[in-house]
Amino acid sequence: MDTVTKDDIRKPENLIYKRTNLLTDKTMSYCPGCGHGTTHRIIMEVLEEMGIQEKTIGIAPVGCSVLAYEFMNIDMQQAAHGRAPALATAVKRLMPEKFVFTYQGDGDLAAIGTAETIHACNRGENIVIIFINNGIYGMTGGQMAPTTLPNMKSSTSPYGRDVKLMGNPLKITELVAQLPGTLYVTRQAVHTPAAVRRTKKAIRKAFENQKLNKGLSFVEVVSNCNSGWKMTPNQANEWMVENMFPFYPLGDIKVNED
Amino acid sequence: MSMKELRLMKGNEAFAEAAIRAGADGYFGYPITPQSEVMEYLMAQKPHERTGMVVLQAESEIAAINMVYAGASCGKRVLTSSSSPGISLKQEGISYIAGAELPCVILNAVRGGPGLGTIQPSQSDYFQSTKGGGHGDYRLIVLAPSSVQEMSDFASLSFDLAFKYRNPVLILSDGAIGQMMEKVYLDDQRPRFTEEEIIKNTPWATTGKTANRERNIITSLNLDSHVQEEHNIHLQAKYREIEKNEVRYEALHCEDAEYVIVAYGSGARLSQKAVDIARAKGIKVGLLRPITLFPFPKAPLAELAGRVKGFMTVEMSAGQMIEDVKLAIECKVKVEHFGRMGGIIPSPQEIVDALESKLIGG
Repeated sequence: MDTVTKDDIRKPENLIYKRTNLLTDKTMSYCPGCGHGTTHRIIMEVLEEMGIQEKTIGIAPVGCSVLAYEFMNIDMQQAAHGRAPALATAVKRLMPEKFVFTYQGDGDLAAIGTAETIHACNRGENIVIIFINNGIYGMTGGQMAPTTLPNMKSSTSPYGRDVKLMGNPLKITELVAQLPGTLYVTRQAVHTPAAVRRTKKAIRKAFENQKLNKGLSFVEVVSNCNSGWKMTPNQANEWMVENMFPFYPLGDIKVNED
Repeated sequence: MSMKELRLMKGNEAFAEAAIRAGADGYFGYPITPQSEVMEYLMAQKPHERTGMVVLQAESEIAAINMVYAGASCGKRVLTSSSSPGISLKQEGISYIAGAELPCVILNAVRGGPGLGTIQPSQSDYFQSTKGGGHGDYRLIVLAPSSVQEMSDFASLSFDLAFKYRNPVLILSDGAIGQMMEKVYLDDQRPRFTEEEIIKNTPWATTGKTANRERNIITSLNLDSHVQEEHNIHLQAKYREIEKNEVRYEALHCEDAEYVIVAYGSGARLSQKAVDIARAKGIKVGLLRPITLFPFPKAPLAELAGRVKGFMTVEMSAGQMIEDVKLAIECKVKVEHFGRMGGIIPSPQEIVDALESKLIGG
């Protein structure tokens, strides 16, 4: 039997998957095992498949994904901490024919930016909000986030989050689902191939909603932070399944169909 | 010369009308006294129907200035307005706008502070306006209107300066200029930028990455210190260019003056009357009114310092601009300050009395 060479494998007829052109060649700054890279990729795949690269403006937050604009090959604005939904509001209002999305972490979206999040959702801005929830401030070194679980350790809750002293985790996704302005609210993950497929489908639905001027779509991605959680990538994914998912259950929370 | 439309308007309303006529694309604001008429007037005018301009009441001053950041990032003519406590809230956003070099217009109808202070007019935000305000080394172009006419005129001027230098422009008004009614000649309607004009004139704007160009990124982040320092050097060079080109001031009775009052905005209006009273008494006093507070009219002040006996700044504050006057004239002659605080407007006679006691007799 002939041996299969690399050149054989690289033949166009054997190509079943390739990196989207909407990601740049820049090496990602994310830790190995982190969910950001996967989420970046599937957003960019959706934009490429919909053919809307030329019409899309992305808003990067403050946090680990502050440099999202280094990796996403689209026009982007970098927002002050928490203000991405205000930016997206203005971009969409001023250029309604464009596609606009924010990409935000839990500290950005659910702590410092709570007002902007709630009000953009409540106004029903025709935008997409992608919310990465890993229950920790990753960029600044693992401090307690608004979504840190009860008793979960972080650098500012070193003995675990005492909800009597430090308050409760904020289920902001359930909260925005209550607002009349939100159209589609879902919570997904990217820790398995099946989960990635489901999340991509949700993100596609979100951008299709925007295309049809239907209103605001909010996609939470429950993710890991193995370095902030002080775990290996595999341990972090297992811990996420055992601890994060029971508190932040996956699935659609609100689906408004016309 | 075509006949301009003449109306009797409040300063805040004139500014709002002028913003529409200047071809503004978007206004984002939050109510605060004494400038709420700006958004009220805009909402009543339905500018979306008149020109397609977006007007949005934001959830906070913070959201409003960040909407301005985003609109400016798209190459649009965007503005916000507020008053002192609200302007303090906007400072983070203004710093980002200055760092990312975005053009926009911000109106501050100053009220007395610190804190929630009073809703009455004041000039106590001079330091905040001219020395940076937010974090980091940056400057705003600061225009100080002293009439309802200038509240109108400065709308289009501010947009032009903002786009010329890719820099935020602050209009430093106050409760008196904003609330008083005067006749005003309004500019004709200027068209809003077309998408083609935006792509041509502001090629850096985030309008969507087309195949023929690299992606556009608006950010104020430079993690590499050397890159950040290069950016700082570039910004400082721009501010020096602004100082070279954009100084604006008005000199009144300065030709034969022995004493000169330096005052801007409301303070200048009051001082103008004080100069008339003093001149009637035989005191040779002039008025130098800075129209741009940054860039500050250093050269005309330095020139006056060679031939007058002294200066007095009239400011509705504890004396803030006086520091820039002293620097401009290198303390060659005496500089005094007269002002009232907390929202109290001094009378012209009080100014004349201060001139006589502090400067002439002092």
